[in-house]
Amino acid sequence: MKLDAKIPEGELAEKWTKYRGSMNLVAPNNKRRLDVIVVGTGLAGASAAATLGELGYNVKCFTFHDSPRRAHSIAAQGGINAAKNYQNDGDSIYRLFYDTIKGGDYRSREANVHRLAECSTEIIDQAVAQGVPFAREYGGLLANRSFGGVQVSRTFYARGQTGQQLLLGAYSALSRQIAKGQVKMYNRHEMLDLVKIDGKARGIITRNLLTGKLDRHAAHCVVLATGGYGNVFYLSTNAMGSNVSAAWRSVKEGALFANPCYTQIHPTCIPVSGEYQSKLTLMSESLRNDGRVWVPKTIEDAQAIQRGEKRAEDLPEEDRDYYLERRYPAFGNLVPRDVASRAAKVASDEGKGVVKTGLGVYLDFADAIQRYGKSEAFSLGIANPSAEKIKELGEAIVKAKYGNLFQMYEKITGENPYKTAMKIYPAVHYTMGGLWVDYNLQTNVPGLFALGEANFSDHGANRLGASALMQGLADGYFVIPYTIGTFLADEIRTSKIANDTPEFLEAEQRVQNRLDQLMAIKGNQSVESFHRRLGKIMWEYCGMSRNAEGLKKGRQLIRELRKEFYEDVYIPGTTDEFNPELEKAARVADFLELGELFAVDALDRGESCGGHFREESTENGEAKRNDEDYTYVSAWEWDDNNPILHKEELTFENVELKTRSYK
Amino acid sequence: MNLTLKIWRQKNNGSNGHFENYQVEAEEHMSFLEMLDVLNQQLIEKKQDPVAFEHDCREGICGACSMVINGRPHGSQTGTTACQLHMRAFKTGDTITIEPFRANAFPVIKDLAVDRSSFDAIMQAGGYISVNTGQAVDGNAIPVEKADADEAFDSATCIGCGACVAACPNGSAMLFTSAKINHLSKLPQGQVEHSRRVKNMVRVMDKEGFGKCSNVGACEVDCPKEISTDNIAALNRYYLGSVLFGQD
Repeated sequence: MKLDAKIPEGELAEKWTKYRGSMNLVAPNNKRRLDVIVVGTGLAGASAAATLGELGYNVKCFTFHDSPRRAHSIAAQGGINAAKNYQNDGDSIYRLFYDTIKGGDYRSREANVHRLAECSTEIIDQAVAQGVPFAREYGGLLANRSFGGVQVSRTFYARGQTGQQLLLGAYSALSRQIAKGQVKMYNRHEMLDLVKIDGKARGIITRNLLTGKLDRHAAHCVVLATGGYGNVFYLSTNAMGSNVSAAWRSVKEGALFANPCYTQIHPTCIPVSGEYQSKLTLMSESLRNDGRVWVPKTIEDAQAIQRGEKRAEDLPEEDRDYYLERRYPAFGNLVPRDVASRAAKVASDEGKGVVKTGLGVYLDFADAIQRYGKSEAFSLGIANPSAEKIKELGEAIVKAKYGNLFQMYEKITGENPYKTAMKIYPAVHYTMGGLWVDYNLQTNVPGLFALGEANFSDHGANRLGASALMQGLADGYFVIPYTIGTFLADEIRTSKIANDTPEFLEAEQRVQNRLDQLMAIKGNQSVESFHRRLGKIMWEYCGMSRNAEGLKKGRQLIRELRKEFYEDVYIPGTTDEFNPELEKAARVADFLELGELFAVDALDRGESCGGHFREESTENGEAKRNDEDYTYVSAWEWDDNNPILHKEELTFENVELKTRSYK
Repeated sequence: MNLTLKIWRQKNNGSNGHFENYQVEAEEHMSFLEMLDVLNQQLIEKKQDPVAFEHDCREGICGACSMVINGRPHGSQTGTTACQLHMRAFKTGDTITIEPFRANAFPVIKDLAVDRSSFDAIMQAGGYISVNTGQAVDGNAIPVEKADADEAFDSATCIGCGACVAACPNGSAMLFTSAKINHLSKLPQGQVEHSRRVKNMVRVMDKEGFGKCSNVGACEVDCPKEISTDNIAALNRYYLGSVLFGQD
């Protein structure tokens, strides 16, 4: 299969402008006759459905949630990047483009990323017009802050709830189109299969989660905005319901899945507290601006802490190892996410972890409290302040900066982080891989599009902070409304797609059979227990640090687990009722296949790049990228026994490939 | 810790519900929902029907979780959703009563899961600013007084969980509706459709079967985002203004 990315000709900065000026358009009278299915209502899906509705297409939009507003975009905390250069600090579209390419460790497509940077500025305007309450300065203008590893302040934010506010903006735009009848909304409907007719995506099969009824929905094309697959690890910062099924069902119908092994593991999450743990909570990475990361120098001290006999504050300065500052003096505690995560794993693996399970490190604000306290005392004119006074003043400053995060931490752990060091550990957070798409965001299946985290295209091997919201909204508001026209302009003579053709009936039967098959197993183990075990295999063998032997073993274990699942899973209830266990079972069944592909991809990529770290590819203990052999996108065709690799070579005409160094 | 759970079981909307007692062994660091996971695991192992409850993000922002714990929506901890509640708030030997959100406009689906589509209907009646994609002016062309932006934000933090309705003896949705209206009305962008938005959202709120507000104030107390009843006072003012002087 020859993969054509369909990148427009011309200079990088002019490609998108020229493309829009010369693409085929669909006239308003024809838009009325064309039906579009959008699956998912997060930032990408809601913004796409709303915008396509505004343009006049007949949109049917689907979510498995009870309301579009519950999509997991809602949980994004930090912010959204845009090359507005409101701070006059040297930002530009090119700089945002360059930072994103570099941050992605040179494994993304230049043309897509440049378009993303171009669209970023319009997103802010659109969100403001919708009433999104971004943070503002006293002059009434928009505020910015800086974010992970870039040298400009380009991040717009709404306290620590930027994702929520942007999603509610997109949800309000969607609600308006629903009220107008331009979008027909199907809540609590889960896509369980893709329907192709003559090779083109023409519909989906859904299950009504309240009644269990299967429905056949036909349209001229299908847009998937169904998010990432971090839950293949069971424990992640994703929501409990986040799943890969819509994308995976499309893979089963011939779509290619790109770069599954690129996973972002976020360094500052609250550690696992026990076997019952169901999900992990992220603490914003802004904490690393003031917190110092450390573990005890000796294993004896660490074990005493693990047993609860010692606390962080019992250890004198000389017995602590501030390992990030030691290993990376230039960046210290502010090294990028992947580097910080791996270093925490190394420290914990050496037996120096500071929580009961051994998997956790300190993030300590004691020094910051002292520093802020002293400087505040000085500016208040207090001579010879007491130690208590310094602490009190310092805590007030830290509270003003991170109060809500400290409160969240205390709620979850029951510990007061002003008094004792926080404990953190890395957790799966975002998946850069996803359905392979071309410049039009169209998969290799004509008429099937993928947006947001569900596609692979913009973040390469590592995503920069505050870029997920940007990509989701760029895809939905500003890219798909144009690029969908490249497909639909040729469909204006296609009459309404019937939903009772043999293809539809066959797909519906396929779904019914699959559900019946799952129900008929009647084994002894819960769906959740299989999901947990899959997660453990993934974390052990395909987690922060990977090697060939482990990946082969991991793959084998996943295959065995999948076999056991189909022999011994137990699902209560029936198919024709509200049955959350059945929903979960179908999702976990798909994760059990995707997990294997993940391991296969990680094994194929014998280099270390971004979130993918291969122990065999290092230099002085640091990740070593291999541009000569691996400057390609891995697009996989699924096969139960041997997935087939298709390569899209990446060409860089505008940036020079460099090695990242933080020493 | 050893707990007795007294949980509302109801097969579906058409059947009558009842309380059932369960014993569960929990740990203090578990979240409340993880404690329910443990119970469900036990039930599944015994091939019994697990307790249905809504949940998703488990970090207090999606608004899916919705249960009344010992008589209080999301439990008695201030500013906390059920998913953020941890078992250290309870002690061994406790009996915990768990019920669904009860309100005329939130029919029970099964056990603790209720249907809150009536909130979507209110939003569709005007919880937006009518601006198509591409029509926006530059973000900084619309300056907003910082205090107004902050107040708009306070109202906009609503997660649409419905605790306000469940807490209200009348089953009123005034806090939910007023928070959205006040969010938009505090901003210059929201002025244009203001009176039409107020009238339409209130009309649909009534139509969906929510009760009237009688200034009880339980909504504010149980709101996990601590949204103030000042929003309701503002909506009452807006409503009067819209009915008397507003344009259609």
